[in-house]
Amino acid sequence: MTGVLLPSFASIFPELILFVGTLALLMVGAFRGESSVNLVNGSAFALLVIAALAAALQPSATVTAFNGSFIADDFSRFMKVVTLLGAAATLALAIDDMAGARSKRFEFAVLVLLSSLGMLLMISANDLIALYVGLELSSLALYVLAAIDRDNAKASEAGLKYFVLGALSSGMLLYGVSLIYGFTGNVSFAGIAASLKAHGGVGLMFGLVFLMAGLAFKISAVPFHMWTPDVYEGAPTPVTAYFAATNKIAAMALTTRVLIQAFGQDGAQWRQIVVFIAVLSMALGAFAAIGQRNLKRLMAYSSIGHVGYALVGLSANTQDGVNGVLVYMAIYMAMTVGTFACIIAMRTREGSLENIDDLAGLSRTQPAFAFVLMVLMFSLAGVPPLAGFWAKWYVFSAAVDAGLVPLAVLGFLASVVGAFYYLRIIKVMYFDEGPARFEPLSGVLKAVLALSGIVIILAGLMPAPIVSAAAAAAKSLF
Amino acid sequence: MPGVLSGLLILPLIGAALVLFVRGEDETALSNIRYIALLTTLVTFLLSLVAWWQFDPASSGFQLVEQASWISSSITFKLGVDGYSLPFVLLTTFLMPFCILASWTSIERRVRDYMISFLILETLMIGVFVSLDLVLFYLFFEGGLIPMFLIIGVWGGQRRVYAAFKFFLYTLLGSVLLLIAVMAMWKTAGTTDIAALLHYRFPPAMQTWLWLAFFASLAVKMPMWPVHTWLPDAHVEAPTAGSVILAGILLKMGGYGFIRFSLPMFPDASQYFAPLIYALSIIAIIYTSLVALMQEDMKKLIAYSSVAHMGFVTMGLFSMTEQGIDGAMFQMVSHGLVSGALFLCVGVVYDRTHTREIAAYGGLVHRMPLYAAAFMVFTLANVGLPGTSGFVGEFLSLIGVFRANSWVAFFATFGVILSAAYALWLYRKIIFGKLVKPELSGMLDLSPREMWIMAPLVALVIFYGVRPNVILEAFSAPTAALLKSASLALGAVKSAGLILQ
Repeated sequence: MTGVLLPSFASIFPELILFVGTLALLMVGAFRGESSVNLVNGSAFALLVIAALAAALQPSATVTAFNGSFIADDFSRFMKVVTLLGAAATLALAIDDMAGARSKRFEFAVLVLLSSLGMLLMISANDLIALYVGLELSSLALYVLAAIDRDNAKASEAGLKYFVLGALSSGMLLYGVSLIYGFTGNVSFAGIAASLKAHGGVGLMFGLVFLMAGLAFKISAVPFHMWTPDVYEGAPTPVTAYFAATNKIAAMALTTRVLIQAFGQDGAQWRQIVVFIAVLSMALGAFAAIGQRNLKRLMAYSSIGHVGYALVGLSANTQDGVNGVLVYMAIYMAMTVGTFACIIAMRTREGSLENIDDLAGLSRTQPAFAFVLMVLMFSLAGVPPLAGFWAKWYVFSAAVDAGLVPLAVLGFLASVVGAFYYLRIIKVMYFDEGPARFEPLSGVLKAVLALSGIVIILAGLMPAPIVSAAAAAAKSLF
Repeated sequence: MPGVLSGLLILPLIGAALVLFVRGEDETALSNIRYIALLTTLVTFLLSLVAWWQFDPASSGFQLVEQASWISSSITFKLGVDGYSLPFVLLTTFLMPFCILASWTSIERRVRDYMISFLILETLMIGVFVSLDLVLFYLFFEGGLIPMFLIIGVWGGQRRVYAAFKFFLYTLLGSVLLLIAVMAMWKTAGTTDIAALLHYRFPPAMQTWLWLAFFASLAVKMPMWPVHTWLPDAHVEAPTAGSVILAGILLKMGGYGFIRFSLPMFPDASQYFAPLIYALSIIAIIYTSLVALMQEDMKKLIAYSSVAHMGFVTMGLFSMTEQGIDGAMFQMVSHGLVSGALFLCVGVVYDRTHTREIAAYGGLVHRMPLYAAAFMVFTLANVGLPGTSGFVGEFLSLIGVFRANSWVAFFATFGVILSAAYALWLYRKIIFGKLVKPELSGMLDLSPREMWIMAPLVALVIFYGVRPNVILEAFSAPTAALLKSASLALGAVKSAGLILQ
């Protein structure tokens, strides 16, 4: 069949919505200037919600488009819905928290939309070029977002660090991509898999290692995690919330698809790497956060740990393993959005507070707030009957089933160590006397906190809906 | 289909929701909260009596079974009781009203949070004993850590933060190893239904690892020497009602785990590791009794005595004899009552003087004769005097262990002597002697509320001492079934070994 094949628009509907909407809002903002900020913000939030709905309502079938470089299957649907929900929630938090220079900028919302679009492309990438395009689109927007508070030295430093290290890792990734192309003659995942099947891949390992190095940076896995604490701490809290809740998830989806679909044959090779990274990430996430007093830094290290747990599921290289990764990422998104909403809510008339000790005695002064934060902390620690327990159950049972029992043991030991600093936050809120009194929570904050608390408790008691959706998504990958 | 057991789980939660909706912090509101909590626990107790009335002790299977779909076809929400779990359910629902009563005046700040924590804890504790699915069991087992952590940490004593963290992390560490065993069992047997798993034959090599993983958690919960070090801190620093629940119920979850999982599901491993259990039990009994003799803090003494009594339980369970198992189970129920009562006694004097130091007391019999009488009954039950419930359990488990290994029984019996030593020493120092200390001269005897707490416990302790059959008959059917299936399993392995030779 010659000529250009028009893709079925249904498969790229969410991306199309975001794309057209972003450009429209960009025009509106450019021509109307500062007065249009509220309109742009509101429309951006609406666009994200509509895109999430569009992604959720897509038919359950595997469709490729654009000559095989874009794929829409159950896996991408699931991850897109999770990512877009996270993006919508964090954008709402950001709009609500607008302070200083940010409140006059319409570019903030537009950048968030562009980054989300990049993430959708990452999740649906079916070849290495699309992978890179999506990755870069989302990352470049994120670099700017991190530094958007340009009068804040810390934020600028964070943005610059993120940019430099991110550019370096993108370079490594591209080098890996070129090696893979060189050794297989293909960029599409299906083509790479076929080529691996036909004649093994010795030289392919080089390319794979570089590719994984670049991806590991994006998901902030050890040993490419160094940027995470500094960038999380320096960037404005809503921006940190945004890239903790969404970018990590999209990058994890991307990593999963690449390793399972493109390199699935070579499982024994990359499993070693993933196990190694997972153990180191879990260990670092557990131990390094113990000494932290700044909540954002603590969350950075904790997110490194959580990525380690999710990678345990990936290392199993089975359908159950991918199921575990998906469940983990979905629950992780809910927990992250909730926790960062709590951090954003820690503001007084003088400014924002970020230290653990600033929470002292919160259970007396603002009991509902403290309760939600306690639920989130126990869930992050993986204590039943909250959702975080099920996340760990699925990844570790997949690992045990695949024969990686020592990995599961190490993982659980790390989670016990990690439980300590989550407990310490609860201790500061409930066991200490203190003058903690923050400004009354705005409507958006209350809604996000309540929603995340309810989701975590309900998913802890009845995880079946999330799990069955994830199971269907995992099945479509194999 | 909802039934009595779901009702038992839901009632405390309804009570907690009602407490949550009481508005205000004035005295009427607090009083309302207390009464709502008390009524909830009493109604829950009555419902558990209904369950007991519906229960047929002659049948060895699970009764009052309810099942609902939950996670997948292999992990369901299944509830049920048998002769082993129903006494513990009753113990839980029975002790809770006493806990609420004991906290009536001693808890003055954050009463609402306190009552909600206790009610949620009650649901989780009952859930441990009634769940018939391994994952559901784990959920309740671990979930109970959350309210207990808060209870110790918020309303506890001076070193409450240290004690709360130690309790939580110690128990969590053991439990995650249990979780890995649960996952392995799920993948091997294809189900987490306890009734199905009881009939599943795990290969002996796998049994060893599974047994060790379960042992890691249950030994910490029990607690067994040497992983008992969290207990003295947790018991001492917890508020009175918290100590009662810890000693009365939470410790029993360890023993329940052994009888429900380790013994029936891993019979070969249990037989293999029995010498280890005997050794640890004897050390626990003798060593912790000696440590108890040295204590200056009343609650710490009783805490160490709990560890010693649990040594009898583990010994009896792993003797794999009818008397040993029956005795161990009875000892658990009796110890729940006696130890809970002892902590309540400590709470009575602590409410008056705010010190637990033994040296601060002396000659209380002159001012508090009723209290002295009640305390005497519980002390003698702790020692194991015939006529009290403490005797039956210890005696039966010693008989059972003697049948299995007479040397172990010989050494364990020293524990009886030592427990008499520290218990009677404590009693004499506090109650008898001359009342010389000025701060004790104004001590009032038991108030009506405290009499309501002491009297039923005294009555039960003596009643079960002279009529133990009421409880023992609940154990006989499942014990017979357990011993039969265990001997079948061990016999099968032996004959398989012979065939292979």
